[in-house]
Amino acid sequence: MDFTYTILIPLIPLAVFLLLGFNYGKIKPAISGWIGSLGLFASFILSYYTAYKYFFEVGKVDGVYQTFVHKWRWMSFTDTLHIDMGVMIDQISVMMLIVVSTISFMVHLYSRGYMKGDTGYTKFFSFLSLFTFSMMGLVLAANLFQIYIFWELVGVSSFLLIGYYYTKPSAVSAAKKAFIVTRFADLGFLIGILIIGYYGGTFDFVELTNPEGNVIANWASTSFMGLSVITWGLMLIFMGGAGKSAMFPLHIWLPDAMEGPTPVSALIHAATMVVAGVFLVARLFPMYFFVEDGYALNLVAWVGAFSSLFAAIIALTQNDIKRVLAYSTMSQIGYMMLALGVSGYDGHDGLGYMASMFHLFTHAMFKGLLFLAAGAIIHAVHSNYLKDMGGLRKFMPITHITFLIAALSISGFPGFAGFFSKDEILVAAFEHNKLIYFIGVFVAGLTAFYMFRLYFGIFWGKDTKYEHAPHEAPKSMTIPLMFLAFMSIASGYIHFSEYVTADKQSFEAHLNYPLAAIAVGVGLVGIILAFVFYKKPTNLPDKVSNTFGSLYKWTYNKFYIDELYLFVTKDIIFKRISAPFAWFDRHIVDGTMNLIGNSTVATSKGIKGLQSGKVQDYAFAFIAGVVILAMIFIYNWII
Amino acid sequence: MIQGISIYEILTLSTIIFFIGVYGFLTRKNLITMLLSIELILNASAINFVVINKYLFPENLQGVYFSIFIIAVAAAESALAVAIIINLYKLITSVEVEDTEIMKY
Amino acid sequence: MERIIFYILALIMIVFAIKTVSSRKMLRSVIYLLFVLIGISGIYFLIDYTFLAAIQLAVYAGGVIVLIIFSVLMVHHIELRLDVTSIKDRILAGIISLAGISVTLFAIYTYKFNPVENYNAIDVDEIGKGLLSYKEGGFILPFEVISVLLVAVMIGAIIIAKGKRLEQ
Repeated sequence: MDFTYTILIPLIPLAVFLLLGFNYGKIKPAISGWIGSLGLFASFILSYYTAYKYFFEVGKVDGVYQTFVHKWRWMSFTDTLHIDMGVMIDQISVMMLIVVSTISFMVHLYSRGYMKGDTGYTKFFSFLSLFTFSMMGLVLAANLFQIYIFWELVGVSSFLLIGYYYTKPSAVSAAKKAFIVTRFADLGFLIGILIIGYYGGTFDFVELTNPEGNVIANWASTSFMGLSVITWGLMLIFMGGAGKSAMFPLHIWLPDAMEGPTPVSALIHAATMVVAGVFLVARLFPMYFFVEDGYALNLVAWVGAFSSLFAAIIALTQNDIKRVLAYSTMSQIGYMMLALGVSGYDGHDGLGYMASMFHLFTHAMFKGLLFLAAGAIIHAVHSNYLKDMGGLRKFMPITHITFLIAALSISGFPGFAGFFSKDEILVAAFEHNKLIYFIGVFVAGLTAFYMFRLYFGIFWGKDTKYEHAPHEAPKSMTIPLMFLAFMSIASGYIHFSEYVTADKQSFEAHLNYPLAAIAVGVGLVGIILAFVFYKKPTNLPDKVSNTFGSLYKWTYNKFYIDELYLFVTKDIIFKRISAPFAWFDRHIVDGTMNLIGNSTVATSKGIKGLQSGKVQDYAFAFIAGVVILAMIFIYNWII
Repeated sequence: MIQGISIYEILTLSTIIFFIGVYGFLTRKNLITMLLSIELILNASAINFVVINKYLFPENLQGVYFSIFIIAVAAAESALAVAIIINLYKLITSVEVEDTEIMKY
Repeated sequence: MERIIFYILALIMIVFAIKTVSSRKMLRSVIYLLFVLIGISGIYFLIDYTFLAAIQLAVYAGGVIVLIIFSVLMVHHIELRLDVTSIKDRILAGIISLAGISVTLFAIYTYKFNPVENYNAIDVDEIGKGLLSYKEGGFILPFEVISVLLVAVMIGAIIIAKGKRLEQ
């Protein structure tokens, strides 16, 4: 089956980007909104068509899903080590195509209403298309190098979109922070790529992840400090993924990235870019599992679990609704990493892998919905803070219902999509490591609590007096909300274990009723606690936070991680290490250059006296030269 | 040839006069005296041509011809040099060579 | 006999040459140069090249020296004592000259000349024929070039000496 047409899926948004970018001043804003949305709609249709063809018609051969690769040679280092460019169609790339195109299309439709009246409207749509192109290129990448190229492109698009309100200093510094932190993580990524390319001999995903292939079979051939070099490479690649997915300790950019417009937060920082790290680990999953008996995979699991817990605790105390959602995203991605980390490979053992991808899918739907609804709320109330909101259920019914659906989904309420995916994750964790399972359950409870704290705080709570009554969002904004709400329920009923698995064969996944009951119970406890604390204005929250005292202060200030990083970089690295180097550079290196220059000038000033203008001096030099040269060359009287 | 005088002595003579002319050119400060030193140099080289022609190649007369040309050229050049000196004198009212150092750095 | 005459002439030439370059009065330098030129013409007489000696006397002693004397008269006070250059310059020039002399004399004395004994004199009509012959060994081309050069010099000297007033 020739899947080469899938190259059109990223190229259509690229064409839209170029079209809108080059004609920036000349297109009317409304037209550019239509162009962007139409381009995305074309990609959307093509993605669904590809998914239909792959999953239902040609993908499965003898019960095993095939990988279709179309590529051409770009650069050759040796006969065996070369970099190709191409498209790779397999289970997770098709799934990701659906996720990215759906969310991006919804965000395009939503932005037509949200960004109306903004001066840079065309620019916004062109950047959105650029991002979509980069993300789709990332999921279709056929080898490590190509994925790195698109990885960086995604980072650039994110930078452009976060810093969209470029006149606000906080937005500019947030964009810089995001780019620099992810760039720092990408250093690890690049070193990992080089190690794996050198010791494995190839960059291609199909060869790298083949369980009987060269790379996995020979993982023990070279070792460094007690671990195989391949393991080091995988851990460094995970560092890159952790940066992009905002895992601890590289998470500091994600809350600040909320300075961008809300559709951007929905697209990039909830559904697509931040899951790139999870996608990367999933792509290389056979390597992570087989090399050194899953040493690197263990690291993935613990980092995911810790980040998940860390973020959930911080989310409890934040007052800016977008920041709560940002930490919630970090926590849910921790779940995905955790699920990958506890996964096995064959058949039912690969439950964690399947659950992680399932949760990625459902999370994209309900988190995207949550952000878009938050955008509608902020649009209506003109403030990001909980204290300015309350009792909005009377004014914004559609937003209210859709927000509630998403909140129930994320809390794992039975019947909604989040319940199914989160349950599979907890089952996989239970079978692997009990401590991780308990962390997962605890986080589920915290998630329900802070989500419903938000819900009650916005839509119930106190009856705030608004200067002008908030109105419901226009149709262009509510239609995407409704579609995503539908998906937040319906996507739970997809039999993911039939389509996306670690060993590419389908298996049957069943609902584990006891564990499901525990998870639902914990979620209900969280919801009830939030109900008690927040439905009506009380002083219970203040009393609880006062009893916790300094712990509350630490949580509210995000555990002072930003301040710690600032201290390390400014006081230690900048003053102690960089300043001497700068001194050296300025005085010694530049000094040498200046010395050479100045000595040349001084020499020339000294020599220029030879041109005295006196003809006798010239004659003297002439005659002296003749005599001396005659002595040296004719008679060899070397003086 | 001159009875009893070898070629070496005449060549020595012309060499000495040549280098006296060189010394004079490098030492004098007046344009006209520099011109006189140049005349000495030219004449010494003319002697060289003639003497070598007479002593080594008596059948040809090429040394004589060259000497005639040297004399002609030297005369022409002195005439021009004097013209230039007079023009320069009209301009700067001096014939010292240190007043003509405009072409220095 | 000729030997003695030659040595006297050589002595005169060298002494007067040194006085030319070291005299502090302009006109005296010119006159000493005149004596040197006459000495040179004497040497030409000694080797039987009489035509050349005559030319030397006529052109040089009669033409060039007179020209220089006129220029001296035009631009200078005759009795003005000339300045000398600094000692350092003179010593440097002297060293170079001595070095040059030694190199040249070394070159001369280490070369084996093969002199051919003869007493040929010049035939003037041979010189004339040689100057105007365009066969092998003829000097017609330099002759014509010299005449062009002399014309150019004449015109150039007139223009230069006339100076600014030529434009009017």
